[in-house]
Amino acid sequence: MKLYEYQAKEILHKYDIEVPNGEVVTDAEAAAQVYSHLGTNRCVIKAQILAGGRGKGGGIKVAKTLEEVKRYTSEIIGSPLITAQTGKKGVRVNEILIEEAVDIKEELYLAISIDRSTSTPIIIGSTEGGVEIEEVSSKTPQKIFKERINPILGIHGFQARRIAHKLNLSGLLLTKATNLVLNLYKAFVENDCSLLEINPLVLTSKEEIFALDVKMDIDDNALFRHKELLKMRDFSEVSRSERKAAELGLSYIGLEGNIGCLVNGAGLAMATMDIIKLYGGNPANFLDVGGDAPVDKVTDAFELIFTDPKVKGVLVNIFGGIMKCDVIAEGINQAVKEVGINVPLVVRLEGTNVKTAKKILDDSTLNIIFAESMKDAAEKIVKAVNK
Amino acid sequence: MSILINKDTKVICQGITGNSGRFHTRHMLEYGTKILAGVTPGKGGSQVYGIPVFDSVKEAVEKTECDTSIIYVPAPFAADAIIEAVEAGIKLIICITEGIPTIDMLRVKAYLTTKIIRLIGPNCPGIITPGESKIGIMPGYIHTPGTVGVVSRSGTLTYEAVWQLTKRNIGQSTCIGIGGDPVIGTSFIDVLKLFQEDNGTKAIVLIGEIGGSAEEEAAEFIKQEMTKPVISFIAGLTAPEGKRMGHAGAIIASGKGTVEEKIYCLRDANVTVVNNPADIGETVAKCI
Repeated sequence: MKLYEYQAKEILHKYDIEVPNGEVVTDAEAAAQVYSHLGTNRCVIKAQILAGGRGKGGGIKVAKTLEEVKRYTSEIIGSPLITAQTGKKGVRVNEILIEEAVDIKEELYLAISIDRSTSTPIIIGSTEGGVEIEEVSSKTPQKIFKERINPILGIHGFQARRIAHKLNLSGLLLTKATNLVLNLYKAFVENDCSLLEINPLVLTSKEEIFALDVKMDIDDNALFRHKELLKMRDFSEVSRSERKAAELGLSYIGLEGNIGCLVNGAGLAMATMDIIKLYGGNPANFLDVGGDAPVDKVTDAFELIFTDPKVKGVLVNIFGGIMKCDVIAEGINQAVKEVGINVPLVVRLEGTNVKTAKKILDDSTLNIIFAESMKDAAEKIVKAVNK
Repeated sequence: MSILINKDTKVICQGITGNSGRFHTRHMLEYGTKILAGVTPGKGGSQVYGIPVFDSVKEAVEKTECDTSIIYVPAPFAADAIIEAVEAGIKLIICITEGIPTIDMLRVKAYLTTKIIRLIGPNCPGIITPGESKIGIMPGYIHTPGTVGVVSRSGTLTYEAVWQLTKRNIGQSTCIGIGGDPVIGTSFIDVLKLFQEDNGTKAIVLIGEIGGSAEEEAAEFIKQEMTKPVISFIAGLTAPEGKRMGHAGAIIASGKGTVEEKIYCLRDANVTVVNNPADIGETVAKCI
């Protein structure tokens, strides 16, 4: 789960990490009020969306007058913001963060993530902040340094000092940055982050350190023990289908194509998408119905696909292990009864209770195209959709 | 021959009284797996399919001398269950549980480096030596004894590959699902090493997917150390960037972890990579 910048900043603030003064607003009038409260000349207006690349997309503006604050806010709010990461349609901006502008002397980079190769938390730092870290990594890799943390021992003071030192800091700033690294690691672990990135981390001429922009991703597996974070979840940026799937507890991702897929297991679901593409079709979604879903959950999953207007054909690929094929067959019947289906349906079933399942589907009056293998299924659905 | 488990492997089941623990215990017993004890705190003294249930792993190990454990404990308690098994003297742990927080697994993994034990998973289908022992959730009947080793990050996609082999009368030595999480106990390399050393394994099927760099690291190992043929399929060619594809570990992040990159490394290591998941069985048939 990704958090908005302002949510992440609220959390970091609790860990004594300095962030610029600011507030979130949803209209121009409130923006003007915040501007007056801040009592500053220059302020920054930042569109709150989950995708990156906001600056280049026009979602971040510096305002110097009350008039500018109102104008920029009303321009950005309610409009779609298109960035390199949002896709062509962009994302509608519902909230804006109004912040006091900070006098920037230097921009640094600091992040914590999980290094999968070594199974450790890893702190990544660079003196080149304010730009995409991937860019720094490809052009000047020598300017990036890494510090691995033992997950049982946690971070040591000397490791935090070493990072501060590598950021070229000394004196008061060395102490401040050391504390910041220690606090950041604490925030990372206590909130079960998968990524916690400050970019840029800025130094001011008054020897202050501010987290100017923050990205925080929470490990979905750990949300059960973070009720307070779960409250921050926001579905406004996902499609109707994805939102519905999340509510139903289904693993679903919408795609551009027109062949709806229902599969059990993530690996097989990906392979099914791949084979559709290989035979000239385009998947409309990724859907892993899971291992032990009951009939009503399977029905919900089918309804999600059957009611998707872009779907011109449906492919069901089930390899029953824990999942019993007859549960899938019942789910198909139930969903057709409830919402109907007017596109071709190709079904490939294998594994547990496959005979019972085929009998259920044979006895129904449904016009099902049966497939004997994964390859057969892919060929048949692509042919049916292209008719 | 096989790796890690055979007909003599003695197993305890942690979480045996839960729905999936009970269901799969029945199927494992039917397959012939020697499950000698179950563990559920608070349910000690009861029985599941005639198998005695204990309150702790330590007690179960003392009474039955098992050295292998399969874990069906719910995610919030799974890390604890793994550590409990280690402390009780279990040497091979298979953790089926899906959804364990990554931070918990990081700690477990760091702790395991100080011990001589093997953890398979979590978030995996388990391990099977066809005709001998099944310690996991895979359907038993799709397997047949033979000489092809199978290792995979996925569950059902592994069944698909195994079924393609079995239908062509190509048997398997051992099949292992290493799990779909970002932090797992046993890597591709660990399993490849075992298959390379196993006299009963003549060829290996490696099934990977997007996310992380486990396939790239495996490719490097294959290039340096493996003499047996390796056939591979990598899932997720059509997966969009930045989306978690069901498995917690299956995500392309900042352009890293793509299928193209993985295939490139594997081909460079002389691995036969199939583009079509329906061609796995046929390709193996040609290679052996």
